[in-house]
Amino acid sequence: ACIEPRSLEELFPNWREMGAPLKTEVKEDKFSYLTEKARIPIPVLPGMPMSNHGNYIVRLGNVVRWLGEQAEALGVEIYPGYAASEVLFHEDGSVKGIATNDVGIHKDGSPKETFERGMELHAKVTIFSEGCHGHLAKQLYKKFDLRKDCEPQTYGIGFKELWEIDPALHQPGKVEHTIGWPFDNNTYGGTFLYHLDEGPLIVVGIVVGLDYKNPYLSPFREFQRFKHHPSIEPLFRTGKRIGYGARALNEGGVQSIPKLTFPGGCLIGCSPGFMNVPKIKGTHNAMKSGMLAAESVFDLVTDEEKVSQSPTAGLEPVKYEENLKNSWLWKELHSVRNVRPSFNTSLGTVGGVIYTGLFYWIMRGKEPWTLHHGGPDNAKLKPAKECKVIDYPRPDGVVSFDLLTSVALTGTNHDHDQPAHLTLMDDSVPVNHNLAIYDGPEQRFCPAGVYEYVELEDGSGKRLQINAQNCIHCKTCDIKDPSQNINWVCPQGGEGPAYNGM
Amino acid sequence: MSGFRILVGCKRVIDYAVKVRVKPDKTGVVTEGVKHSMNPFDEIAVEEAVRMKEKKLASEIIAVSCGPQQCQETLRTALAMGVDRAIHVITEPKEYESMQPIHVSKILSKIATEEKADLVIVGKQAIDDDCNQTGQMTASLLDWPQATFASKIEKSNGDLSVMREIDGGLETIKVKVPAVLTSDLRLNEPRYATLPNIMKAKKKPLVTKKPSDYGVDITPRQEIVSVEDPPVRQAGQKVESVEELVTKLKEAGLV
Repeated sequence: ACIEPRSLEELFPNWREMGAPLKTEVKEDKFSYLTEKARIPIPVLPGMPMSNHGNYIVRLGNVVRWLGEQAEALGVEIYPGYAASEVLFHEDGSVKGIATNDVGIHKDGSPKETFERGMELHAKVTIFSEGCHGHLAKQLYKKFDLRKDCEPQTYGIGFKELWEIDPALHQPGKVEHTIGWPFDNNTYGGTFLYHLDEGPLIVVGIVVGLDYKNPYLSPFREFQRFKHHPSIEPLFRTGKRIGYGARALNEGGVQSIPKLTFPGGCLIGCSPGFMNVPKIKGTHNAMKSGMLAAESVFDLVTDEEKVSQSPTAGLEPVKYEENLKNSWLWKELHSVRNVRPSFNTSLGTVGGVIYTGLFYWIMRGKEPWTLHHGGPDNAKLKPAKECKVIDYPRPDGVVSFDLLTSVALTGTNHDHDQPAHLTLMDDSVPVNHNLAIYDGPEQRFCPAGVYEYVELEDGSGKRLQINAQNCIHCKTCDIKDPSQNINWVCPQGGEGPAYNGM
Repeated sequence: MSGFRILVGCKRVIDYAVKVRVKPDKTGVVTEGVKHSMNPFDEIAVEEAVRMKEKKLASEIIAVSCGPQQCQETLRTALAMGVDRAIHVITEPKEYESMQPIHVSKILSKIATEEKADLVIVGKQAIDDDCNQTGQMTASLLDWPQATFASKIEKSNGDLSVMREIDGGLETIKVKVPAVLTSDLRLNEPRYATLPNIMKAKKKPLVTKKPSDYGVDITPRQEIVSVEDPPVRQAGQKVESVEELVTKLKEAGLV
């Protein structure tokens, strides 16, 4: 990932001495428009959001691990491998805390010999930081109607691979971003390729906007074919893939930020969603929101007067939202609010680039209007019969790979004998609706091959098979399912992908 | 039975679901930052010890792990499962790479003697080296009877009746205590280390010792020459008839 160290500087001004793993300063920053065979450079002018001067290329997993070590050294208790699966409420409706899930349940729901009840954790304030599209946040939005004054969140799915390449081709500090091929003009998407100053490692990946319209689009296969572009293929031909992963990310910006506080808690990070889309960065904003929340929550719980005056047992840290709206975070997001929606006109990607070049660079977001996203991502899919099937090239096993080989690299694992954590609200909807109208897009947008339409044994049709064991917890299905029938819930703690320094 | 003490060995290994990668310099596999967990067979050993304590057949369980600082996480899991106290025999990460069953068994046998253990249970083998030696070597150093590949353990008076998984089927033997047992897959299904127990485990005693505290020299006695990926499987050839198959086999000098 390429991150802006702004929030880290505020949190730990001497992070360099402390050994934070930000080792690669950005030295070279390239932005291009790709066609199938060519690469057309687009100048990155200082002040443009995609200018990365002063930023660092990192293995974000290692940065997070380092932050965890600092937190533990300061006395924070961290319990990895235990999942918060349920929000608990006081009688007055405020949040009381969370409960971890029960473990040791058979696939059919009956308890195993090893059955253990989850644990309740109570607090005056619970800070929810589940990352993009949290399953608990989903419940909170409904319960406290937090989204009534904002637009639905819009998303992208991001893929990333870690490669060891030939040292002769390695240029530490180089940052490359592209738009254009392999995406058509009406699909929002872009790619990234960063050279880390370690290994000879590079990180490569793509982001596809989940408002794409063609149900035959497979974000995974777009990623695999991108690597065959003549300008980058040589890197992979002599290289070795050592990591693969995917995750949904939020793109809605300021228009999609819900109310952030409620009695008993608040939302921080990519869960409400503070990603700066043209910068393709959200970690600095996520960290800043965490810092602001911590300060307001601390002031609240240590103020005896405020605590006694609270109308509910769970306290609401209202100052957090006020302080956030007055901080640089809000100014930054406000200034880029029109960039992402500008890609949604009939001019597509070209329109977005023109808008960003004209209005953003000149007016820096001071234009008086705010463009809208036009509805949730799951409603944007067109019926299959209105769209063309995309003929993807077969993976060659050297540069590009098939889905199952890739999933094996994530180290994901779930106990097979447990209820599937990808639940359907209505079992008949996948075949009758998703397959019938959209040709089963979940077969294509899942980056782990969880969803498969298989023939029924008696040949009378198809059924949806859910291979929950493959899941890498990206949340795309919960977001993009056109019938919103798939509900991702927490599997047993400790399960899921085991990324290493991705 | 009062005063029956069990010593359990817990090895920290790369998690079984992780795809293992060979280091580019071929000296070993990548372990830095990779997800680790307790050797699954050792989890079964811990579970068996805890069950014996719950049945009042044992009074105290001690878990031991040899290796770098992170082994304390493995011991924490054992404590959360029901072990009473833990001993971490600490080594440098580099020393750990060359540590062999002979070193571990020397340490375990010294601890067994010092702690007056009545039973030593370890996993039959570790999933990283597949050596299947530590239990047997420990028994030999202690001059205790051994019952390996245990899939059922029953205790009566001073004896243990152990059902073993062997090539021909199942063998039941009787061993006198003190003894060394190694656990096989079907012995039990380990319990989950629940969050409340993990929290309580922080208060259980965990001491750190060095191999030299037990008079054990962990200088490597083997040198790893190289570690390589298994060879890529070569494509086969399809033949149209039995005659063609025989011809090809003759050409290859195999028939």
